[in-house]
Amino acid sequence: MKEFPTSALPALLVGLPMLLATMSLFFRVKGRALLGVLGSFLVGSLALFAFIEVTKYGTIIHILGGWEPPLGILLRMDPLAAVFIGLTAIIGIFISLYSWWYFRARIASIGRFPLFWPLWFFLWAGLNALFLSNDLFNLYVTIEVITICAVALAVLSGEPKALKAGLRYLLAAIIGSMAYLFGVALIYGSTGTLDLYLLGEVLKPGNTTTFALIVITLGLLIKKAAFPFHFWLPPAHSAALAPVSALLSALVVKGAFYMMLRLWTEVFEVSLTFAAGQLIGITGAAAVLWGSWQALLQTNFKLLVAHSSVAQMGYLLMMFPLLVLAPGQMADSADWLAPAWTAGIFQVMAHAFAKASLFLSAGIVVMALGHDRIESLRDLVAWMPMTAMAIGIAGVSLIGLPPSGGFLAKWMLLKGVFLSGQWWWAPAILAGSLLTAGYVFMLLRLAFAPARVKDPFRPVPKILQVCALLLALGSFLIVIPAENLIQFLEGSKSFGSGIESIVKGGGYGNE
Amino acid sequence: METNSLLLILILISSLIPGILILLLDEAQAFQRNFLNLFGAVAKVALVGWVFVGYMQGETYAFIYGLAPDLTFALRVDKMGLLFAALSSVLWLVTTLYAIGYLKGGKHQRRFFAFFSLCVTSSTGIALSGNVVTFFVFYEFLTLSTYPLVVHRGDDKAVEAGRTYLWYTIGGGTVLFLGVVALFVLAGPIYFGQTEIIAGLVSENTLQLTLIFFLMLSGLAVKAAIFPLHGWLPISMVAPAPVSALLHAVAVVKAGAFGIARLVYDVYGIPTSEELNLLTPLAIFAGFTIIYGSVKAFYQDDFKKLLAYSTVSQLSYIALGVAITGVLSTTGAVVHLVHQGIMKITMFFAAGNVAETYGFYRISQLNGIGRKMPLTMSAFTIAAFGMIGLPPIAGFVSKWYLGLGAVEAGSYWVVLILLASSALNAAYFLPIVYRAWFCEPDQKDISPKHTGPFEAKALLLIPVVLTGLFSLAAGLFAGSNYSPLAIAREIAEKLYPNLP
Repeated sequence: MKEFPTSALPALLVGLPMLLATMSLFFRVKGRALLGVLGSFLVGSLALFAFIEVTKYGTIIHILGGWEPPLGILLRMDPLAAVFIGLTAIIGIFISLYSWWYFRARIASIGRFPLFWPLWFFLWAGLNALFLSNDLFNLYVTIEVITICAVALAVLSGEPKALKAGLRYLLAAIIGSMAYLFGVALIYGSTGTLDLYLLGEVLKPGNTTTFALIVITLGLLIKKAAFPFHFWLPPAHSAALAPVSALLSALVVKGAFYMMLRLWTEVFEVSLTFAAGQLIGITGAAAVLWGSWQALLQTNFKLLVAHSSVAQMGYLLMMFPLLVLAPGQMADSADWLAPAWTAGIFQVMAHAFAKASLFLSAGIVVMALGHDRIESLRDLVAWMPMTAMAIGIAGVSLIGLPPSGGFLAKWMLLKGVFLSGQWWWAPAILAGSLLTAGYVFMLLRLAFAPARVKDPFRPVPKILQVCALLLALGSFLIVIPAENLIQFLEGSKSFGSGIESIVKGGGYGNE
Repeated sequence: METNSLLLILILISSLIPGILILLLDEAQAFQRNFLNLFGAVAKVALVGWVFVGYMQGETYAFIYGLAPDLTFALRVDKMGLLFAALSSVLWLVTTLYAIGYLKGGKHQRRFFAFFSLCVTSSTGIALSGNVVTFFVFYEFLTLSTYPLVVHRGDDKAVEAGRTYLWYTIGGGTVLFLGVVALFVLAGPIYFGQTEIIAGLVSENTLQLTLIFFLMLSGLAVKAAIFPLHGWLPISMVAPAPVSALLHAVAVVKAGAFGIARLVYDVYGIPTSEELNLLTPLAIFAGFTIIYGSVKAFYQDDFKKLLAYSTVSQLSYIALGVAITGVLSTTGAVVHLVHQGIMKITMFFAAGNVAETYGFYRISQLNGIGRKMPLTMSAFTIAAFGMIGLPPIAGFVSKWYLGLGAVEAGSYWVVLILLASSALNAAYFLPIVYRAWFCEPDQKDISPKHTGPFEAKALLLIPVVLTGLFSLAAGLFAGSNYSPLAIAREIAEKLYPNLP
């Protein structure tokens, strides 16, 4: 641990949003919103500053209270964490800006959501802490904080629909947490440590480790709504208020994915088999196909976007079969690892921007019409061209058409698939693209179509539309610094690493 | 950045920036919009001209930007790209004039002109692409930027046409994507002209290379409207006339045809394509499409639909020329890329003028139209004669070289196809010409919607006359050193270095 420069930044990244969340409780509604927007700029700038520090000095760490691990808590901000924190910051700023005007525009209901800002800042603190955590128990705590805030945010509207969905969400999340915690207990029982670095060295293959791996992975899969545990996501994400849906879909589900990525590549190498990777890949492919198909069948905008999240998260899981190498393959000679990692990271970023934008656009539509039936999108191009444009641009990135971030992700994924010889993933990737094109263009077709019965629509503040459009553009702009970003990420220990799987039959309990 | 790289970027942004700025303008700011448009169009022509002259004097032009490890965005200039860029930029300028006149007073002009500019940005991007990836990026961007133009009218028919258009092009794009990635994995980043890379892989990867070729070809064949992937083209006729004109003459269909030429000439290379026996299926499909398109055109009464099927047929001349090897047929293919463009755009302009001025959309309504609109119909007649292949118009030159090339390669069946197609062309174009000039008008007293000194709005008339003259000039001055033919010939000769 000593080799990394220490800095207070990681601690500040967790502490500042937590402080803001607590402070905001002491303000009245209006002051709270102002504090929220200003605070989001503050946290965002801090995160971007920390990001720049990491690009300069490499990984930075912070040891809380000076207690070294395994006793104390260590926060580490390596390039991978920095990218996730930076992403959260950019999207967080835009969503905060949007929220400010969103809640102001709903004047009648302004007093009804007093908890949005504190919850959002607690969530932000939780996300940053998750990305910085370096031990299993801290990860558990952070993901619990995130879950509680996320569920509370999801039911903020107080509508029966949202409450019901929120309850399901909570139930699924708790089951996931329990499974995860059970796995952590097993690991702690057998090794006596929770620190990721140490675990990577001392963890021995065996039935306990394998079992722990299985329950931890299951827990995380539930939390990230992987197929077939995705049932809770569409109702919860679609019933929430627009800025909340955007936060949940763009950022919260990425937390569980981040944990899984970290744990698989840094801790559980000893217990992973090629088949395990393939299994995760299959759930990913199934999510891509099922989620996109379901999205195509929806008649409500927000439900469509939520189902699309299930599918897009599926693409993320498809990087795991590429990371877990077949017996006999060596990580040094596996030239598909870098593309697979690049695909994963860019899918995270492109989806975060595009999905946040789509949910914000959905919010705009709801605000204008009072409902979100997609049939009412007719003639959207004429009366809200900017929002139609945002939907189009974000949709194009989801499909993976060039020159979007989604394209880069799909390109790299397909490249990795071919280089590794695992060509059987290609049909799912492409079919997913086509299905995505199906639902995106279903929206656009309606947007261009003539209105049958003109619904009366209320005017929507332009700034809301600008936020959605800028986020959509973000999913394209991330391609420009791609090469530098990848170089930067290579400074992470895990980026580009592969999992040399154990030979089947060997390695179990015969040490 | 060097001046030469900067020039290529400028060529692209001369339409990209106006496109974005137009989106930010108000619908009512017609003057600013037209100014931006025309400024961009003129600038683009000037810049392409500058690069053209420089390239002929031995300058090199390239711009490279690394997107990700070994994934590079590359612009580069070669003769074939320049020819296509020149065609796109000149026809864009002409079509912009036409569109300003055509859409005057119409709705959603801001959207129209913005996407119109983006569409031309993609087609010049395709022309200047230096490698397969960059080509693919612009190829897909073209699909996206043309969609709002196809559905521009915004009625149910247009929206349905847009849906068909997207299913074809996105489907084709997906297949192309698969092919491009597979090629990339097998052969690494391929710059156009590096045919030795594929040639070196042939002996070990015959099956893969064959498969990849046909994947890419079928992706490209969608936009090139080769049977059975042509279905979108006649349907997307619902778009406004300037869109149809540009779509059919330059932007979309040419992207496909140009892509096929790049694939065969600059990615696989002619020797490899022949060795793997890839060209025979292409020749057969192209040959069939030529006849099929002409036969379908023969049965149309809708003016624009007839022209659309005629495009299906004419485009496959390019593919056919590519599929037959030899200097002469290659010359024919490359030169037809230009000739088909200027002739077909003339015809669409003419059809648009007739529809706009008299409200005639059907062939059967065209009796005596030549007397009312002599300039328009003269231009149309020139283009129609060119399509049939009468000298000295551009189309004759293409057909002559294609025919000679077929004889040279010993493919006599191709000569038969050319003859049959010419006969069919005559069978559906000559009646229109006859009606226009020699039949008595059905309603003598019908008055034009337009009042003014000319037969149609000046902005509609100038473009059609110009492109009509281009069609004539390209044939008349085919022997000059800077004619499309001369350049096509140089391109072809460079592709067959072993010939005397």
